Amino acid sequence: MEHIKKDWKRNKILYLMVLPVIIYFAVFCYAPMAGIVLAFERYSIKGGIFGSKWVGLQNFLDFFNSYYFWRLLKNTFLLSFYDLLVCFPVPIAFAILLNELVSEKLKKIVQSISYIPYLISMVVVCGLIIDFFSSTGPITNFIKLLGGPDGNLLGMPQYFRSIFIGTNLWQYLGSNSVVIIAAISGIDPELYEAADIDGVGRFRKIIHITLPSISSTLLILLVLRLGFLFSVNFEKIILLYGPSTYSVSDVIATFTYRKGLLQFDYGYSTAVGLFNSVLNFIVLLAANKLCKAYAETSLF
Amino acid sequence: MRKHRKSVWSHIFDVFNIILMLFICFICLAPIVHVVFASVSEPGRLALHTGILLKPLGFTTVGYQLIFSNSVILVSYLNTLFYLAAGLFISMSLTLLGGYVLSRRNFLWRNAIMFFITFTMFFSGGLIPFYIVVTKLGLYNTRWAVILPSAVSVFNLIIMRTSMQEIPESLEESAFIEGAGHFTILIKIMAPLSKATIAVIALFYAVSIWNSWFNASIFLTDRNKYPLQLVLKEILVANDSSQVVVSSTDTTGINTDIYKPLVKYCTIVVSILPVLCFYPFTQKYFIKGVMIGSIKG
Repeated sequence: MEHIKKDWKRNKILYLMVLPVIIYFAVFCYAPMAGIVLAFERYSIKGGIFGSKWVGLQNFLDFFNSYYFWRLLKNTFLLSFYDLLVCFPVPIAFAILLNELVSEKLKKIVQSISYIPYLISMVVVCGLIIDFFSSTGPITNFIKLLGGPDGNLLGMPQYFRSIFIGTNLWQYLGSNSVVIIAAISGIDPELYEAADIDGVGRFRKIIHITLPSISSTLLILLVLRLGFLFSVNFEKIILLYGPSTYSVSDVIATFTYRKGLLQFDYGYSTAVGLFNSVLNFIVLLAANKLCKAYAETSLF
Repeated sequence: MRKHRKSVWSHIFDVFNIILMLFICFICLAPIVHVVFASVSEPGRLALHTGILLKPLGFTTVGYQLIFSNSVILVSYLNTLFYLAAGLFISMSLTLLGGYVLSRRNFLWRNAIMFFITFTMFFSGGLIPFYIVVTKLGLYNTRWAVILPSAVSVFNLIIMRTSMQEIPESLEESAFIEGAGHFTILIKIMAPLSKATIAVIALFYAVSIWNSWFNASIFLTDRNKYPLQLVLKEILVANDSSQVVVSSTDTTGINTDIYKPLVKYCTIVVSILPVLCFYPFTQKYFIKGVMIGSIKG
């Protein structure tokens, strides 16, 4: 007790300074966490958050038994998993090939340009996707030219995932490769010089020097990415999906949004959202354990 | 320093690699260039065109005239500027305060506060409770609902803290001895010494405020408070430019139906232009920012 008082006396100003920050997180992050009780209630406007009828696990049971449960789980996982398969390795390859460019100036220019799509707002990116993949859009026309399908591609369930992930690659190639490029540029040049003296070819230098040198960085990035295996970029999906593609595009987060904010089924959609939060949290903890075991560092 | 003689294959690889990299640059820029060219093309020819535009089809500024004489777009543009200024002020103040305090070494509740903040990165109450809390606070349909709820990014706060931790303790100790308080030290010593990091964080906040739309879309009903991105969303995603086009018919007297696609492209250009104009001067900070953030969270 005594040391608490002493600490308060000495650091009063510090606590005063951090107070607005604490209030911010209390109000906008922790108060919503308290609102989780809604997941166990049948919400009514009269009852509010804490006074509505308590229904226990009914909302969760409704969700688990509903036709949507497996579909949402599968869609969330697959969109994220395919994204991992594409948007994790490609930036690595890009970073390595970029590093192989002889001209330092060209390297810088290419890296700067590859980062630009990341700065374009999600609304504009999605507007462009809708436009480019529409029945008269440039990409649809190009695909048609190659003998592919015709029509509004974004509205066809069989192409939604490819479009979503392909455009993810466009958006995030530059920003995802920044860390890898930095890791590569941190490799001791003497390693390469020694290999040059031994007459080692370029391809073998990549395999035996570059890749092993950045492997720990890559491992951390991979584990971090695995930790977010059940969260997808839901702002992007909301902007792109429609009833015709719900069978593949509807994920847990978009379902929560629709049920809660468009159909006002607060209790049920809070339960669905909580299920997603808990799932994310467990996967992240597991990823962190993995990281501790294999990479000898941890995310937190 | 690699003076080693290159094989023929190595040269061929270099050539292909350069071509590949230029191709990637083309892919990154082509959609943006397409939009810029489309925004000044003659709508009749644009409608008949298929494929990516590599040059404008004719030249007309009617699209821009339409959007600049349009109150919906102008008002939303001003709104976004206001959200940017107010949001940046609040976000930066909170991040500086939090970063400074958490970079101090010896006070009792340091780790507890740190945990309190970082935990929110990994777990959240979810969309619906968040929505209800913001609504119950009376922020619904106010400008505060756009500025406040996502004002602090934990990621940025940690970058700030890490950067301030690296400043040698001796500097602040001598200031303390001279009787300076925490506020003075933050403003006179810490802030100037972590200028580069502050610039990076301000840039990250600025871009994210400029591009944000989701909170506005769930909390705002009054169109006069809409940020630009939300108006863009209506024009691009809901494909409804009627609001924009109709309201400008009277002032220009042009048959506006055929200019609908142009309005779309011109609005995109106007919305991404500020970001793209700043980017060449600030790009090294962006890349540096990602770097600092990745070292340790």
